[in-house]
Amino acid sequence: MVLLTLLAAITIGIVRLRNLFAVVVLGGIYSFLMASVMIVLDAVDVAMTEASVGAGISTVLMLGVLSLTKTQETEPVHTPLLPVFVAVATGAVLVFGTFALPPFGAADTPVNLHVAPYYLENSIRDTLVPNVVTSVLASYRGFDTLGEVVVVFTAGIAVLMLLKGKRDIKPGPKRRRVHR
Amino acid sequence: MKLDVIFRVTAKILIPFALVFALYVQFHGDFGPGGGFQAGVVAAAMIIFYAIIFGLEAAQKVFPPRLVELMVPAGIAIFAGVGVISMLLGENYLNYSPFAANPALGQEYGIILVEIGVLVTVSGTMVAIFYSFAGRGR
Repeated sequence: MVLLTLLAAITIGIVRLRNLFAVVVLGGIYSFLMASVMIVLDAVDVAMTEASVGAGISTVLMLGVLSLTKTQETEPVHTPLLPVFVAVATGAVLVFGTFALPPFGAADTPVNLHVAPYYLENSIRDTLVPNVVTSVLASYRGFDTLGEVVVVFTAGIAVLMLLKGKRDIKPGPKRRRVHR
Repeated sequence: MKLDVIFRVTAKILIPFALVFALYVQFHGDFGPGGGFQAGVVAAAMIIFYAIIFGLEAAQKVFPPRLVELMVPAGIAIFAGVGVISMLLGENYLNYSPFAANPALGQEYGIILVEIGVLVTVSGTMVAIFYSFAGRGR
């Protein structure tokens, strides 16, 4: 509860601040709080990822961007009423959706009744791996994980192409390569 | 970026332990929380930390941009190659059972190999993106 209150306070801070440097730092704090929430929910591996990617790497990347651009956000030219309405309406729909969710950690939900019991019972017999998360991720659902890695790969390649653009091939009879 | 002596000493003390922690997360992922993704981002964060404290050139001397960019597809190649090997050994794609006499042990070996692929791609991607951002301002 304390963590969630802090999250809300930081979100308000991010919305109200115009200094982007402070916003980036608050974003890092938000990620660390989110990592703490993940630890409370017993998802230590997600917390580790959140702390190092959300608070570490993406904060650094954001600061790198800030060094290339201005650090002060310009005043908005439109009234914020429509975005506020959209945000509040979406939030209300999501909160309404949580009323139909089963209680946290309930064992008789469809999620926990489908294939999860099989994994929990047979992980050690099938793979000798006591950590079921790892055996599901890499063995039972290895193909999905391959897809995830391909997603990381694709995103990385796309960003690198956008940022580097080392050579561009000029269309023409000679197809000369120009180095920038 | 030459900063205080405090930062430099802290980094020197912290980085080796954090890199070892990344390896621990990687190879202990079978028993505790963690795995290739987590180890990859922790290792990449440490390389980026090093680059911030000691300068981009120092970091690129240890991890050349060429190598880092090569790591991005190399991890996929490891992951997909493990699948191809299991096909060549007469099983389904990404079924690691034939890697050892005991099918369960084969699964464990396969998981370790695949996690190395994940580690290589994830850390390579993170560091490559950081390099291309950091190299832009100059």
